[in-house]
Amino acid sequence: MIRFLDVSKSYRVDGREVPALAPFNLDIHDGEVFGIIGHSGAGKSTLLRLINLLERPSGGRILIGDTDITALDEPALRAQRRRIGMIFQHFNLLASRTVAANVALPLRLAGERNASTIRARVDELLERVGLAEHAHKFPSQLSGGQKQRVGIARALANRPEILLCDEATSALDPQTTAQVLDLLATINRELKLTIVLITHEMDVVRRIADRVAVLDAGHLVESGTVADVFLHPQHATTRRFVSEALPETAGDAAAPPGVHGRVLRFTFRGAATLEPVLSRVMRESGVDFNLIAGRIDRIKDLPYGQLTLALEGAQIDAALQKLRAAGITVEELA
Amino acid sequence: MSTAPLLQSLFPNIQDWGEMGQACVDTLLMLGGSLALTVAIGLPLGVLLYLTGPGQLRARPKTYAATSVVVNILRSVPFIILMIVMMPVTYALVGTKLGVRGAIPPLVIGTAPFFARLVETSLREVSRGVIEAAQAMGASTWQIVRHVLLPEARAGLWAGITVTAIALVGYTAMGGAIGSGGLGDLAYRYGYLSYKSDYMLVTVVLLVVLVQALQVAGDRIVARCKQH
Repeated sequence: MIRFLDVSKSYRVDGREVPALAPFNLDIHDGEVFGIIGHSGAGKSTLLRLINLLERPSGGRILIGDTDITALDEPALRAQRRRIGMIFQHFNLLASRTVAANVALPLRLAGERNASTIRARVDELLERVGLAEHAHKFPSQLSGGQKQRVGIARALANRPEILLCDEATSALDPQTTAQVLDLLATINRELKLTIVLITHEMDVVRRIADRVAVLDAGHLVESGTVADVFLHPQHATTRRFVSEALPETAGDAAAPPGVHGRVLRFTFRGAATLEPVLSRVMRESGVDFNLIAGRIDRIKDLPYGQLTLALEGAQIDAALQKLRAAGITVEELA
Repeated sequence: MSTAPLLQSLFPNIQDWGEMGQACVDTLLMLGGSLALTVAIGLPLGVLLYLTGPGQLRARPKTYAATSVVVNILRSVPFIILMIVMMPVTYALVGTKLGVRGAIPPLVIGTAPFFARLVETSLREVSRGVIEAAQAMGASTWQIVRHVLLPEARAGLWAGITVTAIALVGYTAMGGAIGSGGLGDLAYRYGYLSYKSDYMLVTVVLLVVLVQALQVAGDRIVARCKQH
């Protein structure tokens, strides 16, 4: 567990304190994929770097397991950092070293001297990220997606418990992004390692994260399971991110002019998507509906549907009650 | 000998080509010795300047300012003056003020600060992201210097060594004026003081060839470093 207790961060610029992160509390559980989303300058990069103390908090404590990392001395901090892998938007590979030598670097830094041990581990890692045949190339000879795979192999070299992803797919095209995200999801599942990722793309969060926190101008404004935050965004910034990812289900979308009836949004998740509840309830209660907007998709492994309907009929309230009883979330839109 | 009469007619004043050869050897010895020592002193000094500089890994404003001032002072003293001022120190260090041995201490003191600045500049070219990645791996400062900064900056470092070597050729020639020997000594004594312009011509041509060779070799190494 990574636990932020009343953590804040400010920078001293020209003798004045400029706040970067307002005091916040946050728990990140072992083995989950935790997304932190925010616009550039929101402080997400700072928050991520607090976890390996590349940035020191101005206040509060950060616990990893039972260890307060802010209290560690220099050698202990270096040892702690070896248990936390990190990948970067611009990969940050050493141009002067081959792929294999880049992946070997953290092993050497950790004091491993046995060449055959290093070679075996590097081969295993490159195999895992699908780059075994590129071991002796230099980073400049690789595509962006391949470079990020090298970054991932390097980050995994010392068998970390936590992997930090700093906008890891922001420099990649959509197809490569999907491949890298799949790889991260596989690693999370097979190695049981905790992944903390920051991004400005809701789609990245939707694909692989279990839980998410939303940062807005240094304030942690919302956090929860991706399904909750994604389907029922509370804060204006969150709604904006959701509507950027899914324009069709724009949270505040009013009914187009000329549409009659009560406009409601219905959210089906998981098991509720398997039964024809909606049509049965509508038929039984004699309510007519007009479909205004809708989407059926997945959040990570969870299927969901979200429909905005305009309802007309005498027994709308009774119908809504039955739908709620069947596990469907109903929200009245203005 | 077939070439001797030709050389004789082209360069009538040069009687002793052996002396010319010895001067070449002396120049190369001065260059090699002082370059090796310059790198040995300037490289750590440049790393120190880089690490202690503002916003860097081991930012130490006072250390940086003090080192910086010493480096600047040494760089601003004209080399010929430095040689003369340093004579007692030179004598104490190598037991002579003359010849190849006597030339090396002032050459090193004159160029090491210059090289240190070049080292500092090329280390600053290394991307912060790569350094941050190494920090995130738990690297110590020394490990970052050894495994990241120096290898990543090696093209710039070799370019700096090339520039320094060429500057040293100029300094060794200047040293000739006050008894350090080498090609500069011949050019000065025979070419300048005795108006034997053929001496001047031959030494200058040899120096040009030397500088050219250094530049070509340096460029090759730099290009090889940049291949990736």
